Order: sequence, then structure tokens, then C-alpha cells
Amino acid sequence: MTAATDSTQSDAITGLPRLLPPPEEKDRKQDLDAHLERHGMLPYRERDGVLIADIETAGLTGRGGGAFPLHRKLQAVRDAADKRRRTPKVVANGAESEPASGKDATLLWLSPHLVLDGLQLAAQAVAADAVILYTHANRKHDVGERLREAINQRRLRSIDRIPVELAEAPARFLAGQETALLNHLAGRAAVPTFMPPRITERGLNDVPTLVQNVETLAHLALIARKGPRWFRSVGTDEEPGSMLTTMRRQDGQPKVAEVPLGIPLKALTGDLPAGSAVLIGGYHGTWVSGSDAQRLTMANSSLKEAQARVGAGVVITLPSDRCGLVETARVVRYLALESAGQCGPCFNALPRIAASLAEVAGGRFRKGTLDNIERWSGLAAGRGACHHPDGTTRFVSSALRTFASEIERHRGGRCSATSHEPFLPIPKATALDEQDWI
Amino acid sequence: MAEKLLVNPIDCKGHAACAELLPEAITLDEWGYPILDPRPLPPSLERHARAAVSACPTLALRLQRLP
Repeated sequence: MTAATDSTQSDAITGLPRLLPPPEEKDRKQDLDAHLERHGMLPYRERDGVLIADIETAGLTGRGGGAFPLHRKLQAVRDAADKRRRTPKVVANGAESEPASGKDATLLWLSPHLVLDGLQLAAQAVAADAVILYTHANRKHDVGERLREAINQRRLRSIDRIPVELAEAPARFLAGQETALLNHLAGRAAVPTFMPPRITERGLNDVPTLVQNVETLAHLALIARKGPRWFRSVGTDEEPGSMLTTMRRQDGQPKVAEVPLGIPLKALTGDLPAGSAVLIGGYHGTWVSGSDAQRLTMANSSLKEAQARVGAGVVITLPSDRCGLVETARVVRYLALESAGQCGPCFNALPRIAASLAEVAGGRFRKGTLDNIERWSGLAAGRGACHHPDGTTRFVSSALRTFASEIERHRGGRCSATSHEPFLPIPKATALDEQDWI
Repeated sequence: MAEKLLVNPIDCKGHAACAELLPEAITLDEWGYPILDPRPLPPSLERHARAAVSACPTLALRLQRLP
């Protein structure tokens, strides 16, 4: 899915959108000419590694969910390459395995050349000799075809110094996890491996590897042209710049918009009447009550009060006619099925938690069920090779906290939902059925 | 020099030889997987820790040197 973009955001004052084409160009084909007209030619630096200082000043952090400072990662890869005398590789991560997120697919559809520019620039920054763009097959739009076309146009004009290899992510929740991604590229199953060593030290083919979310690379491509001060002209001092967000409200349809970091959450959620709730970050994210959400902004410094993080920018407002416990139980069942099944604490805890949540969601659950969920969550968090159990248990805890009064209703055999139509998007848990991937 | 216990959760199959040999720092969860004391190992336990590491049938247990 490439979601509808929220075109009310274009603003001469804020200078947004930056990454996405302006609303006036909604119907123009976003080809290489359109990109060059708007942004100019890709500005390679005179020497490798020179861009890193600008990235540090800009304060660009990863937009894939981790929010790690990009300059530190770039430097780590360079340092590892020097120390081990290996040539690094760069992977642009467009897997977007989070079902509730549509920003990367939208970005790749509307601004592929910014991502491709950023990929070349990141490669130059770390003196890499190979670049790969890893994307997920999309049901509504053939993103792969669009990217092949874009890469071809660039090849005809000799824009890319390193030819771009395209790779397709399997339709699994963990396929975008950085070690799972590298395993897939190496011809193995797309499941995580345990770190240490970090992939910046030993990654693909044992060389230092930089894996970056496609949105991060797009920001990089603009900072290289317009400088770090321009980047910092929106956002906050601690969390500068803009970000893409995927919002869902009453109708459940995803809308992708580019917003400044620090924007009030209210601007993204719409009205938040009493008893409403917001899911921030995605399925490893955090449920927050509507009343708490009123006071928060889209910045980690604000969200941490509610134990939430910006993550990959998913903001979902639960409609008042749905039950948060029912929706959470549906998601956790999916998350349990998506465990790689490699680590004892994860593959034991998650299915049990899912079954218990289904019991709570169904009403009149057994004594001890909530205690079990809490105990299993405590046992699972931090004891897997990746953050799947941590993220899942964080999501579960936030649901039990935010929907505490609903739990009491369920205990008494009642539920406040008046609609039983599933709301949160969940792919069919099989790689065969990509039709239902949203 | 200070060391702490580290387990590769993918290689770990829950044989529990480690918990047997180092009960002071390793307990088992309800499914038989090791819960490691996260603190640096006291010197008195280092010999036993090395025995536990050697005893792991899948080589999942390691000692991590602390800076």
C-alpha cells in the first residue's frame, strides 16, 4: 500500500514537505527529470567521509525506529573498515515489515531518487563498494518496477557510481530486522542472528555493513544539498528535522504525511474524546490514553513520559466503537506467529501471552491470567537474540495499563465495543498470501 | 579482569548444564532456559563459570570481558 498522502501539510512557512513531492505536483509523474528539476544533481563530495561532519551537525537520526545518530553509525563502519582492512557494503532498508506503517512504500513510490541519491552518498561516506536496496513487494503498486525504472534512468545518465542491486524482502514481520535482512541477502532464512559482533563490524560477507532505513537516506540526500542548518530549521533542538508518519483514524485508512519533529500529537490523532486511546510507534509500540495523548508531542523527549517512542512514526487512533483489548489480542497473536522460533524465552512466552490475551479479550477470563501475562512478559523481555520479545511485551504491558478499565468490564462479562469489525491491519500469517499485506 | 556471563539464545537449547554447575549465578525459567545474573562475576566464581562454559553442549554460554 502506498497510502494517501495528507496534502494539507504543504506549507511555505514550515518548508514542508521535503521528502515527498509538493501537493501541487500530485498528478505529475515523479521521474528523474522531475527529481532533478526540484532537487538538482546528486552532490558527491570531493573526498570519501567528508559528509559525516555535516550529518553530525544536522543531528540526523535513523528513521527506521531506532533513532540512532547516523553520523556515529557511519563513523563506526568507516573505523571497522580501516581496522579490519575490508571494504564496506551499504543496504537501504525498505522492507517496512511493520504492517501498520506505509511511509517507506510511499517514499519509494513518490521519491525513489532521493532514496537512491542517499544510498550513493552513504556509500561514499563509508567508502563502500556495493549497495543494495531491500524492499517489500507491494500489492497495490509495483514498487519494484518503479525502482528498476528509476535505477535504469540513472544508469543512462551515469548518476550512480555504484550500481544498485535490488532485493526483495520476504513477507515476514522480522524480515526488516537488520541481521535477518543480511541473512536473507546471504541466501539464508530471514531470521535474526545474535549480536555481538555488530553488523557494523561484521555484516554481509563478513565485511562492515551499514544498514539504513530508506527515509533516513532520503534526508541524507537533502542535507548533502542544503546543509545541516537547513535540516535543523524544523523540528526541535534535541530532535531536529522532519519525519514521515503513517496515521490511521476512524476509517482505518492509512495516511502518510511529513511532519516536523515535535508536532503536537493532537495534530495527528484528531479528536480524542474521553475513553479514547492512541497507539504510537506500531506493533512494538505503546498504547496511550487519549487524555495523556493530548499533552504529548511527536518527539522522544515528550513521548518518554508515556513510555512511548516515535519509532517508525505510526500513530493510530482507536475508534470509540472498538475494543482495545480485542485489537491488542489480534495483533499479539500475529506477533507470536511471527516469532522466528529460535530462542526459548520468545517462542515459549509469546504464544502463551497471545492465548491469555485472547481469553481476556473474550471476557470472563480465569483467575491468574493477568499475573501469567505479566510473568511471561518479564521472562521474555531481553532474553532473545532480537527485540521481538521486548517490543511485543512492551506493547502488551501498555495495553493492560491503558485499557485497565476495559479489563474490569471484561471481567464482568461486558465489552464496550459496538463494532466487531477488525481494525488494526494484520497480514495473513503466511508468506504465500501477500495479497493481504497492507 | 571483570567478566560477566552471556548466552547466545539461539544456540541455547535448555540443556541446563550451566545452571547445574553455577547455581550461584544461573537459574532456570519455567521452560528450562537460563536466567543469568547480569552483574560482573565475583573472582571466587570464575573457575566455576569456566567449567559451566565448557560444559555447555551447544557452546551457547560465554564469558564476556568487561571494559
